[in-house]
Amino acid sequence: MTYLTKPKFHHPSLPKNELGFTRRDYEAATSTLCAGCGHDSISAAIIEASFEMAIEPHRVAKISGIGCSSKTPTYFLGASHGFNSVHGRMPSVLTGANLANRELIYLGISGDGDSASIGFGQFAHALRRGVNMVYIVENNGVYGLTKGQFSATADRGSKSKKGAVNTDNAIDLVAMALQLGATFVARSFSGDKAQLVPIIKAAIAHRGAAFIDVISPCIAFNNHAGSTKSLDYVREHNEAVNSLDVMLGRAPITVDYEPGKVVAVTQHDGTVLNLRKLNNDYDPSDRLAAMTFLQKHASLGQIVTGLLYVDPEADDLHGHFDTVELPLNQLDEAALCPGSAALHKLNASLR
Amino acid sequence: MPLTAVNDFVIRFANVNGSGSASANEMFARAIMRMGIPMSPRNVFPSNIQGLPTWYEVRVTEAGHLGARGGTDIMVAMNPQTYNADVASVEPDGYLVYDSTRAMPPGKPRTDIHLIGIPLTAICNKEYTDPRQRQLFKNIICIGALSALLDMDITELEKLVGEQYRTKEKLIKPNLHALHLGRAYAEANFKCPIGLRLKRTDKVGDRILIEGNAAAALGAVYGGATVCAWYPITPSSSLAEGFTRYCAKFRHDPETKQARYAIVQAEDEIASIGMVIGAAWNGARAFTATSGPGISLMQEFFGFAYFAEIPAVIFDVQRAGPSTGMPTRTQQCDLINCAYASHGDTKHILLLPEDATESFEFGASAFDYADRLQTPVFVMLDLDIGMNHRLCRPLQWDDSKQYDRGKVITAAELEAGKDFGRYTDVDGDAIPYRTYPGTHPSKGNYFTRGTSHDARARYSEEGVDYVEGMQRLLRKQETAKNILPKPLRDNAEKPTRFGVIYYGSTAPAMHEAAEILTARGHILDLMRVRAFPFHQDVASFISDHDFVFVVEQNRDAQMRSLIVNELDIDPVRLVPILHYDGTSITARFISGAIGDRLDALKVTPLRKAMS
Repeated sequence: MTYLTKPKFHHPSLPKNELGFTRRDYEAATSTLCAGCGHDSISAAIIEASFEMAIEPHRVAKISGIGCSSKTPTYFLGASHGFNSVHGRMPSVLTGANLANRELIYLGISGDGDSASIGFGQFAHALRRGVNMVYIVENNGVYGLTKGQFSATADRGSKSKKGAVNTDNAIDLVAMALQLGATFVARSFSGDKAQLVPIIKAAIAHRGAAFIDVISPCIAFNNHAGSTKSLDYVREHNEAVNSLDVMLGRAPITVDYEPGKVVAVTQHDGTVLNLRKLNNDYDPSDRLAAMTFLQKHASLGQIVTGLLYVDPEADDLHGHFDTVELPLNQLDEAALCPGSAALHKLNASLR
Repeated sequence: MPLTAVNDFVIRFANVNGSGSASANEMFARAIMRMGIPMSPRNVFPSNIQGLPTWYEVRVTEAGHLGARGGTDIMVAMNPQTYNADVASVEPDGYLVYDSTRAMPPGKPRTDIHLIGIPLTAICNKEYTDPRQRQLFKNIICIGALSALLDMDITELEKLVGEQYRTKEKLIKPNLHALHLGRAYAEANFKCPIGLRLKRTDKVGDRILIEGNAAAALGAVYGGATVCAWYPITPSSSLAEGFTRYCAKFRHDPETKQARYAIVQAEDEIASIGMVIGAAWNGARAFTATSGPGISLMQEFFGFAYFAEIPAVIFDVQRAGPSTGMPTRTQQCDLINCAYASHGDTKHILLLPEDATESFEFGASAFDYADRLQTPVFVMLDLDIGMNHRLCRPLQWDDSKQYDRGKVITAAELEAGKDFGRYTDVDGDAIPYRTYPGTHPSKGNYFTRGTSHDARARYSEEGVDYVEGMQRLLRKQETAKNILPKPLRDNAEKPTRFGVIYYGSTAPAMHEAAEILTARGHILDLMRVRAFPFHQDVASFISDHDFVFVVEQNRDAQMRSLIVNELDIDPVRLVPILHYDGTSITARFISGAIGDRLDALKVTPLRKAMS
């Protein structure tokens, strides 16, 4: 970490996006995480994705739980409202916030301790409800802030820094998300920005519950030989199934792809996801096949990454409830209060 | 000599849960109300869906005493499982109505009560072949027989049958038939009416009959709640279900039919309160409904909302604890757990409604208090209020009322250059300003956290920032005291050294007890506390008296502890009067407990005894 304050001025020729914002407009306070932490790369990817999509920063609500990962909303999108909630409960706070105002973008940031242990229940239920959100787990398999205990995503047989061997089975959050009905499921690696940035963009454009499991090595406590979440291990065992280009709006496809190698998926808002196949057997529109593929490769010790499943026609919780278009937090007395006449009638029916 | 009284008796139906008795019993109670006679029904039911004993009690009280009285004058004993105990509980010279089809269960018969045997099963079996019909109509036949025995106006029952089956018209005739079968049997076989009887009067006035949970739910609708997150738990579930029902009726856009609300049945109580806090942070009015075990689970979030200053409304329909306790029995046992909920130094707002009407009023205004004070507000019902029908003042709403959304800075104010520090006390009332997320592109955003923060919401571990924030939170409570419902004082006609403090569902029993005590020569000033933290008037009331009885429904005298703790009162001056067996507190109990103590004081004052 650095103690230097980030200077506010910037070079006048920094590139600007459609809204006239530079990347600096999507940055925030200097990270206090360890130098080289994978989480900082994820923050950088969120900044890059937001910049490229020309999102208005103040229209994002960033909500997190407790842990190293949950600290990161302080380090990106400084013009957004942030909510650092309690341990494992980001999904419920985000769900409530989303119900209050359906117009904002909800970015849920969590970690493997936060989502796979204490918050496993809330993780599951937010996904099965189809809350419109981007749910990112910064997954390092270890409790960093409390100095190196195994988390529930640590693989069986992997070694802690102190040499203890994990005998518990690992929770695979991606497999869970698929089973629970998340309509956008991806896995990526903090060390692969080229893969991660488009996935985040696609997730933001997605309507419904978008879940991204980002393997993010812990430099301080889980980057040693014997760990299955170390930088080296993840690089060696990364099995990327596709590579993604996100076309915002209804922009024509200008990139030339080798025929038969690209699947184009159009989401509800017109965003086109061009998926370049790296594995010919993989079909990201088939939930069942995705689950099988994941299990097969997990048993080989491989970490499958990429956009693993997407339902472009997905609906969200507001759709299920058929709530009014106007955000609930903007409804006034006239819309909400039935008034005295209705009450008189009700009184009469109770006599 | 059999008991004789007009419009003043207690009738109790002993039934089996799930036997369809509830709707027949309720019809019986409503018919009495329609005759203009005040009455107070109570359900005593098990934590069970089918098979266990359940009782329905109706206190007929022309004098308008709506608290439980205790004792039973007429027992309608329809449950063989509890028969002996039910018979034993009848007051001497009271009446026992029973099914005489089969021989009475073994047990020593009582000779001091009057037996009214009606062959209900035989009548049913003769009349109906379908077993379910036999069961359901048995209840109606019984009500028909009682109508003759008690001189109830049969036309009121007939009207109620018509109303109940308005949408299932083919059920009206068979129900009326059953009603008259029972009535005819009673008229042919007994001298009707018996000593206890009903007589039409006009004492009900414009009052309505409603359950506290339904009224509180309606309060949430009128108060502008748009988000409800809850987890089913007795005795609060019917509050969230009531909100669902009233929203379906009142809260759909007339053109698009879309919902102006969102209700989530969450995975647990922790998620429920998390959603409420997330929604309220984002500017919606949000609430949850729960009971003691849920309050225990929500603790961490209560502390968060207190410290980060986020509005939230929690309806706690209290039941007997600790642990699972007695889920279907009433108590006022969550006061301390709510008042000081969560780790660290906290203090929360409690509202203490006495009945359904106040549950409606407080249920609506709780959202104003929560928004104004930016903190959780607990509306403390209990099972007695929440799950029983009670005669109450009609619900009223002032159409000119605007919601108080508290101190919220708008985009225009930010644009005009208004300074914004999320936790800065600008107005000297210890309440800071807030912004809703997404308000302005470059101004007014802040970070909400449960970690310590300075006046501008920046993370800070500086002792001085922390202490300043904690002191401000304490000062905010002072502001709250003058906003919340004030305690109601009712002085006796003559000056007295003795006072009584009471709250919530104790009110009707307390008022009746005060009458009984006055008749016994004991003069008492009364104060009904309606909110926590306490208004200055509570301290004044105590200082005006030598001794104050604190009447409540828990073992540990929780209200008394709060008073001692918050107002620095000498505990010796506060005499606990405690009722906590899970049944509703009665005037008999209160007047007995207070009267005995006062009698003792009268007879042998300590000074004289010692000298």
